[in-house]
Amino acid sequence: MILKWVDKNLKYIFTLPTIIFVLAMILFPLGYTLVLSFFEWGMSNSVPMKFIGLENYTSLFTDDRFLPAVGRTFYFSAVALFFEVLLGVSIALFLNREMAGKNIVKTAFLLPMVATPVAVGLVWTLIYEPTIGIANVIVKAVGLKPLVWLGSPDTALASLMLVDIWQWTPMVMLVVLAGISSLSTEPFESAMVDGATKWQTLWKVTLPLLRPTIFTAILLRLIDVLKTFDIIYATTQGGPGFATETMNILSFRHAFEYFQFGKASATLVIFFVIVLSIAAIFIKVKNKVEVDY
Amino acid sequence: MAKTAKSNKITGNIIFYLLLVIILICATFPFIWMVLASFKSMVDLLNVDKMFIFKPTFQPYLDVFSKYDFLRPIFNSLLVGVVSTVLSLIFGLPTSYSIAREKQTIFSGIILVIRIIPAISFLVPWYIIFNKLGLTGTYTALILAHLLVSLPLIIWIMIPYYEQLPKELEQAAWVDGCSRVGTFFKIMLPLSTPGILTSSILAFIFSWNNFIFALVLGTNDTKTLPTAVFNFVSYTEINWSSLMAAAVLITLPILIISLALQRYVIAGLTAGAVKG
Repeated sequence: MILKWVDKNLKYIFTLPTIIFVLAMILFPLGYTLVLSFFEWGMSNSVPMKFIGLENYTSLFTDDRFLPAVGRTFYFSAVALFFEVLLGVSIALFLNREMAGKNIVKTAFLLPMVATPVAVGLVWTLIYEPTIGIANVIVKAVGLKPLVWLGSPDTALASLMLVDIWQWTPMVMLVVLAGISSLSTEPFESAMVDGATKWQTLWKVTLPLLRPTIFTAILLRLIDVLKTFDIIYATTQGGPGFATETMNILSFRHAFEYFQFGKASATLVIFFVIVLSIAAIFIKVKNKVEVDY
Repeated sequence: MAKTAKSNKITGNIIFYLLLVIILICATFPFIWMVLASFKSMVDLLNVDKMFIFKPTFQPYLDVFSKYDFLRPIFNSLLVGVVSTVLSLIFGLPTSYSIAREKQTIFSGIILVIRIIPAISFLVPWYIIFNKLGLTGTYTALILAHLLVSLPLIIWIMIPYYEQLPKELEQAAWVDGCSRVGTFFKIMLPLSTPGILTSSILAFIFSWNNFIFALVLGTNDTKTLPTAVFNFVSYTEINWSSLMAAAVLITLPILIISLALQRYVIAGLTAGAVKG
């Protein structure tokens, strides 16, 4: 009898633990963040929470760190994403042939994306170190002037973009490589029969067929690149000055360095809405493109 | 004619492998650099002329364990990683099976949204709530936080996995009088072993690598490896050799897992990206 009852309600019983988790650890905290964003509170027991309405939000727009952080987040994401897709797709197409040791090559590309980001951040800090780092040795060897890399507000953000590109180009590459191997061979055979050159086949057959895969790779990266935290916090913590302070880093600092939970929550709500809308818009575009094709 | 075609092919091959080597060096160089630096004495490390030729020493590795407290974070990382992965499997496997078979598509939507939301949005309320409950700094708080990464990941990978397992197998078991719950445990779970392996390896890797949760919710006793290594930097003088030795030690298990189980790791990372 009990078994029958369980079987009948399987879809509720099997999903119940996950539903409880989602309610307690995800929906409730999100609501809590939204509520907090209307209050001023420093997490003190003696000073109670004070309702201040939209002041946390309005003050953000006069804050001289918020808007630059929004701009920086987009700038960082756009540049990193552009190069990751360009390089990732190119390398995948380059590797798409008979070759010795393909598995070793794939493993080598796997390493940057699975290695612990904090460790990666520290290694790059040493590489970028102006006096003992190899980055300047290379720069000097090709006859350029040595840079301060992470130490200067002019170059810090670009240096971190390079780290992100190094770390995540393999992701795009592996997704595209998997996409290539799932393509049927027929279009390529007809292209060959019709006497298409390699270049024509690439632009007229391979790339259009790979479009859905490339869009998926962009989506996966887009979601994560906007939220980049580990490599930035492990190397510069948003500095020098505020030169590498993205939205993620800014809200972290508001919350856990200055303990301004109201302001941090308002920043987070805006950040959350931005990331979610960008992802939603991109998913819409992606679906449209795939239907059109 | 035939001769030039052949020599063209050889030249093409040489150019291909040359480019390949350059790309591979770019991909692996920071790791090579990390390992080299971890075997250098501080004097050699500060000497730009001794970049590649130097007398290797194990001292940085000994220092990691003697000068810094490194064993405790290793234990913490293992504990949090294993427990959160196992809990995610216990919660996530039945859920993904149910979503796949009962077409509860709303869940896939929720999982996707969780994947998109910045983790830090949860950290502020968690920090306050855990504080009120007296859980700040406990393993419970850390494990619950790590579930946020591993549970959606496991469900995300397992839904398509259960969808592609043929329904006929279950139906045959039902005809033989096996209950649906029994079918799930006796037939579907064993059949999905490769998927379970893929998703749990990835869940463990992401937990091992996670930085932000322990940074906020951990204490000296419970902090995990990434936070511990990050804290080494705040010592007055950066001991680069030991820092790199610590970086090697923290990355090594992940590299070994990736080498040994490359196929599964790639399958997991690109899961859902390519629908055949």
